[in-house]
Amino acid sequence: MAIVFPSGFPTVFPPDSTPVEFAWAGVLFWLALAAAAPFLRRARGLLALAPALCALGALAMAAIGLAGLLAPASAIVLPFGLPDLPFHLRLDALSGLFLLLLGAAGFGVSLYATGYFRHMETGALAMVMLWYPLFLAGMAMVILADDAYAFMVAWEVMALASYFLVTTDHAIPDIRRAGFLYLLIAHIGAVALLLAFGVLQGGAVGEMEAYTFAAMRDAEQAPFWASVAFLLALFGFGAKAGLVPMHVWLPEAHPAAPSPVSALMSGVMLKTAIYGLLRVSFDLLNVQPGWWGTLALALGLVTALYGVIFAAVQSDMKRLLAWSSIENIGIIVAGFGLTLIFHADGKGALAALTLTALLYHALNHAFFKGLLFAGAGAVLHATGERRMGFLGGMIRFMPWTAWLTLIGALAIAGLPPLNGFVSEWLLLQAFLLTPGLSQPYLNMVIPVAAAAVALAAALAAYVMVKFFGVVFLGQPRAPIPGQLHEAGWPERLGMLWLAAGCVLLGLFPPQVIALLAPVTRLLTNQTLVNDAGGAAGWLLLAPVSSERASYAPLIFLLVVLVVLLLVFVWVRRVHHGRARRADPWDCGFPEQDARMQDSAEGFGQPIRQIFDGFMRVERETPDPFDPHPQYRGDSRDKLWLLLYQPIADLAARLSALVGRLQHGRIQWYLIYSFVTLIFLLVFVTR
Amino acid sequence: MTEMDTALTYPLQVVNLLAALLLLISFAMLSQRRVVGLITLFAWQGAALALSTAIVAWSTGQHHLYYSAALTLALKVIAMPWFFYRLVRRLDVDRDVEPMINIPTTMLIGIALVIFAFNLATPISQMAGTVTRATLGIAMASVLLAFLMMITRAKAIPQVIGFLAMENGLFFAATSATYGMPLVVELGVALDVMVAVFVLGIFFFQIRETFDSLDLKHMEKLKEK
Repeated sequence: MAIVFPSGFPTVFPPDSTPVEFAWAGVLFWLALAAAAPFLRRARGLLALAPALCALGALAMAAIGLAGLLAPASAIVLPFGLPDLPFHLRLDALSGLFLLLLGAAGFGVSLYATGYFRHMETGALAMVMLWYPLFLAGMAMVILADDAYAFMVAWEVMALASYFLVTTDHAIPDIRRAGFLYLLIAHIGAVALLLAFGVLQGGAVGEMEAYTFAAMRDAEQAPFWASVAFLLALFGFGAKAGLVPMHVWLPEAHPAAPSPVSALMSGVMLKTAIYGLLRVSFDLLNVQPGWWGTLALALGLVTALYGVIFAAVQSDMKRLLAWSSIENIGIIVAGFGLTLIFHADGKGALAALTLTALLYHALNHAFFKGLLFAGAGAVLHATGERRMGFLGGMIRFMPWTAWLTLIGALAIAGLPPLNGFVSEWLLLQAFLLTPGLSQPYLNMVIPVAAAAVALAAALAAYVMVKFFGVVFLGQPRAPIPGQLHEAGWPERLGMLWLAAGCVLLGLFPPQVIALLAPVTRLLTNQTLVNDAGGAAGWLLLAPVSSERASYAPLIFLLVVLVVLLLVFVWVRRVHHGRARRADPWDCGFPEQDARMQDSAEGFGQPIRQIFDGFMRVERETPDPFDPHPQYRGDSRDKLWLLLYQPIADLAARLSALVGRLQHGRIQWYLIYSFVTLIFLLVFVTR
Repeated sequence: MTEMDTALTYPLQVVNLLAALLLLISFAMLSQRRVVGLITLFAWQGAALALSTAIVAWSTGQHHLYYSAALTLALKVIAMPWFFYRLVRRLDVDRDVEPMINIPTTMLIGIALVIFAFNLATPISQMAGTVTRATLGIAMASVLLAFLMMITRAKAIPQVIGFLAMENGLFFAATSATYGMPLVVELGVALDVMVAVFVLGIFFFQIRETFDSLDLKHMEKLKEK
């Protein structure tokens, strides 16, 4: 049964304005905030309020996104751009969904940022408040753009604004390095996108309007050139999303950025790449050969496994979260690949199911990864420490942060009744249905892929146990500096919003799926039908058929709560008054201290042993006579050495060769021009 | 050739003479070692240019060329040489050091360039419809010779003079091939040259302050290792 959402929403607007105009107004609002920030250096109070205004803009944007999702597509042509090349904006269901994602996650993160940025020094704050709204506006424009030109401009604005946000603490060389790497890969990706749009435009030569998405949609697309465009787009968007092997910037840039920025980058910016991938392959390209899907599926699975394995061995909490983002992107792209496979095979219903799962996961990831980065940021802000080897027991000092982060950790670990479970369950349902495919090879291989997704999900849970356990449980591993302060109210409210998103998305999947229906209808001409018909439809989710598998999170929650209550009551009854506080048995070894707890390195050790071949481990083993020994093990990516180092070396060698031309003597430079001149003269007059 | 013979009226013969003078001065500049002598030669070259432009203007009735001639006279014969004389006196850099290539070799290369330029100009001047088209080869030769001077000189002021001489050659090419550029363009170019000279004048002081010499080989130190 399809859930009917109250469709009166768009009529709230005045009859003559369309959602896209409101969206443009929202973008303008953010741009105005960015433009105002440098002038507010004197007015510190106003400046500190700017993130809250960003949050308001984000909330409005979420509402506009919702309207765009439900209303018919609307478009405007902006009065500027280059001469004869105006910007086109369009808000259809797909844009609406991602705008909703941007607004909803952006609202929570910006609220959190209001508290987080409050303590910054005024000059730095003015800089951040210049780039932060610009970053939001860039992302919104990427989603709204309806021509290649506006898209690329917005894409670059987004990349540059986030680059400057990443390098907020540019006094630290490592951060500058991370920022450069990010900028480099972002631009390589952007070049690929530019080429992809160029190829797409190729079918519609001769018209001034050829650069609009509408023209690309209608263009004649030869299968070969369509594939070229797809591969370029996969490369370009993959570089932004962090697909292996273009992921190297992600574990560097995410930890370097201030936490709200990490949350936005991971939660929202990576999704713009997913948006772009969906837009290009389903909307702009008319044909979708099955092998695209196989390729994307393989890339996604490799990314998911690679990401989660590396997440498991990290000992820096923000780096761990960054690797976990890579894993989630991998899962989303694997879902994208499967959607393509089903779509090419003519299995519309299954394509709709997979598409729903991947969109759902994108939405979920925005919430829980935003929440986790916010929680990690709160700990970082309180202790000044990112290394998990120096943290521990934070739950006693920061209960709000700890409990809210726990919700995020449970959600990302894929535990019911939270949201992570729903999307991963839907995706696995889709994988289990592949025997219906007409290609026998795929039929045989895809169960392995399903196993890989399941493995990634299980390892993600392992990673989260490590993250939460080491940071928040146990005892502090290092002396706590001064008095630890719990996150302030704006931070808490932001995290509460995100946590509420995780819970609600988990509890009401039928409603969420109904919300996603316009998008799946747009891209695959089909919607996911909830088979749990009748009155149970709002409660029960059965994506394929109610005989096969169904899931009712509310009932699940109810059962969990009832069992918890019963156990609680029973324990109270049985043990009431008999509890006493005493030292636990110390195994005959009385000198236990916090340093004997399992450490981040220790927890990841099994994974490191198993997947040793993929990693480059740098160990620092302490001296046996050191009274305060510190063990440090840093696992790095081998791909860096295998893939990037040779390219960097080649570039360095080529530049050295070219550098020989540079003598520093002006005469030589003159001779170069002279010889060129003579050559050209001979050449021209021949 | 009858048309040619009738076209070579008295004033045009003077123009051809001045063109030859221009080329001669270019060679003289190549061989001149003293900076002051170079400036004088540059002023003479400007004078020849102004005169030939004026004659072309008179004989063809192109009135805007009078303005060009006046501009050339004011800038290249009076203002800039005066400016350079002052500069040389202020900076005390009269003697040039040994150029990179010795002077006889430079002259030989120069002769090769002139032959090349004439060879080059033949097909072009056949297309040009002006009475002065025969001088196009000379104009190109003086451009190339000025470039050569820029290459062979190691000090800053001779190089700038080489640059200006190159501009003279271009100007002459414009006059001989197309009766000069539109006045607006010429004014713009003149202004550019003025600005360039002033900027370079400031640079001279900066270079000397930094390296204690105007010898450009010191600028090699600026190269990134």
